[in-house]
Amino acid sequence: MPPVRLAMRLEASGLACIRGGREVFSGLGFALADGEALLVTGRNGAGKSSLLRMMAGLVRIAGGRLALAGADPEKTIPEQAHYLGHQDALKPSLTVAENLGFWTQYLAGAEGPETALATVGLAALADLPAAYLSAGQRRRLSLARLLSIKRPIWLLDEPASALDREAQDMLAGLMRRHLSGGGIIVAATHGPIGLDGAKELRLGEVT
Amino acid sequence: MALIDLANPTRFLRLANRALPWLVGITGAVFVIGLYLATNAPDDYQQGATVKIMFIHVPSAWLGMFGWALMSVAALGTLVWRHPLADVAAKAAAPIGAAFTFLCLVTGSLWGRPMWGTYWVWDARLTSVLILFLMYLGVIALWRTVEDPSRAARAAAILTLVGAINLPIIKWSVDWWNTLHQPASVLKVGGPSIYATILIPLLMMALGFTLLFLTLHVAAMRNEILRRRVRTLMLMQAQTAPGSGA
Amino acid sequence: MSPLAALFIRDVRLAVRVGGGGGIGVLFFLIVVVLTPFAIGPDLALLGRVGPAILWLGALLASLLTLDRLFAVDYEDGSLDLILMADTPLELAVAAKAAAHWLTTGLPLVIATPLLGLFMNLDAGASAAVALTLLAGTPALTCIGLIGAALAVALRRGGLLLAVLVLPLTVPVLIFGVAASNAAIVGPLPFGTPFTILCALTLTSLVVGIFAAAMALRQGME
Repeated sequence: MPPVRLAMRLEASGLACIRGGREVFSGLGFALADGEALLVTGRNGAGKSSLLRMMAGLVRIAGGRLALAGADPEKTIPEQAHYLGHQDALKPSLTVAENLGFWTQYLAGAEGPETALATVGLAALADLPAAYLSAGQRRRLSLARLLSIKRPIWLLDEPASALDREAQDMLAGLMRRHLSGGGIIVAATHGPIGLDGAKELRLGEVT
Repeated sequence: MALIDLANPTRFLRLANRALPWLVGITGAVFVIGLYLATNAPDDYQQGATVKIMFIHVPSAWLGMFGWALMSVAALGTLVWRHPLADVAAKAAAPIGAAFTFLCLVTGSLWGRPMWGTYWVWDARLTSVLILFLMYLGVIALWRTVEDPSRAARAAAILTLVGAINLPIIKWSVDWWNTLHQPASVLKVGGPSIYATILIPLLMMALGFTLLFLTLHVAAMRNEILRRRVRTLMLMQAQTAPGSGA
Repeated sequence: MSPLAALFIRDVRLAVRVGGGGGIGVLFFLIVVVLTPFAIGPDLALLGRVGPAILWLGALLASLLTLDRLFAVDYEDGSLDLILMADTPLELAVAAKAAAHWLTTGLPLVIATPLLGLFMNLDAGASAAVALTLLAGTPALTCIGLIGAALAVALRRGGLLLAVLVLPLTVPVLIFGVAASNAAIVGPLPFGTPFTILCALTLTSLVVGIFAAAMALRQGME
């Protein structure tokens, strides 16, 4: 049964991150309601990826707190979030459909993989081994994962990299659709990705 | 993936398709003659009918080694001349050679049981053939693990040539060590020493098995070429699909 | 399909497609067994006496060396991140991967044992005894090796270091596995005594290995 979406609120205050003994950032805070997006910008090494991984539960929170109100209280934040990192979590010896089918089943997705593949334009390549895909096509396959499994929070690390113009437009459309459905997006990016009206968090500046 | 890659293999495919029915026919005919001669050959006064395992065991041994020799020649073709069919020939020969080596080990083991009282003994010749079998399996594993066919071909070629050193050791091992196994009786100085009524069926069966090897090899090469074409088509399909330029 | 079944089937599928099923593990097992007479000498009587021990050592090495990459591959391509973010507890995911590894590596070793017993001059009964102890013991080897595999991800190291860390933990399994085999072949101990202890070790390692591996993976993700 899909969780009843009350008004969600993702709040962070005083977040600090330590990687390899070095403090990457501290005192970070933001608040997002459903339908809102946050663009995280900053130079390389400022901690954009670390922030996203911290929200995904993959990096320890060294200080501060991160809380999600109004969503499923039984689940942690990572269990209600999608993480799209630099790697694509694809097995080269499985076909495109098998890769997506596995994640859909493992992460308890509702939609069949075929619809998602069609939306990202990979339907024709469904039975091809994933080894034969280009970087852009692998990215599209990762995006298909976001479609076939419904989770309210999207954590995207430079989602438009490796995508051509047509795919970038598709990505923007998917993100807008997610937001209008009440989802939350936090995206690390170097440039604009087609989300107008998003809040911005610039890392690496001394406050 | 230039056009030249398809030129020779295409001609080979056409040749193979035409030649295979003939090869199958000749192989079948030789086997019929060989089996007739073998079943009518006299029994050994000591071993009885068991000695006739030899008609399968000895040709398998020869062909196991022949397979590696074929792979070595193909390996030279890959490394020295970069001939496109050399890769295919080497990859196709490996399982066939391994199968014959395995057949040699199994028939030898079954023959050894009534003759020596044991299924296996660690004498020089048996051990060398077992090592050859393990090397075949190693090369086959190498072919399977490396995705890119041309890199796999070069690695397998080097491994094959190094392994080729094993072949002379098998042939002369029996003379070098004093062992339990039957000393060499066909290819040695002074000509064969076994009687003609055993020798003729043996040579006939050997010819039959050799033709079988060649027939299987040609068929396997054809399969491998077709498999590579499928792979190329899949690569092209991915490259011409949307989003591939990114 | 349940998430754990999907993970199990995926791992089995990958093992079959990439490694040829248990192929490479059995091949290594075979090579270790074949190397022994070159070191010990071809005396069949002697080989028969050390046969069970050599088979156990071969199975041990083949199991542990194939476990090296169990989690590392998932870590490198980002799959581990997603597994950690799933509803399914990490311990169960680790158990599913361990089960897939045993099915595609441990079980083929057990099946290959009677054939290899031939090389060690073991008769049918002796080979069967060794195979039975391996059937009971290889799950333990998989689960103890899991700890090494998880540490390999946590420490970003692999190879010999992990083997050195994990091999001492497998000593009890090895001792009782060989003791049970020899008890069945020559006596005087009844087979049941060391065999039940072997089974107990396996059950213990199932729990300890899985929980320790999950803990190591979580710690290593930082």
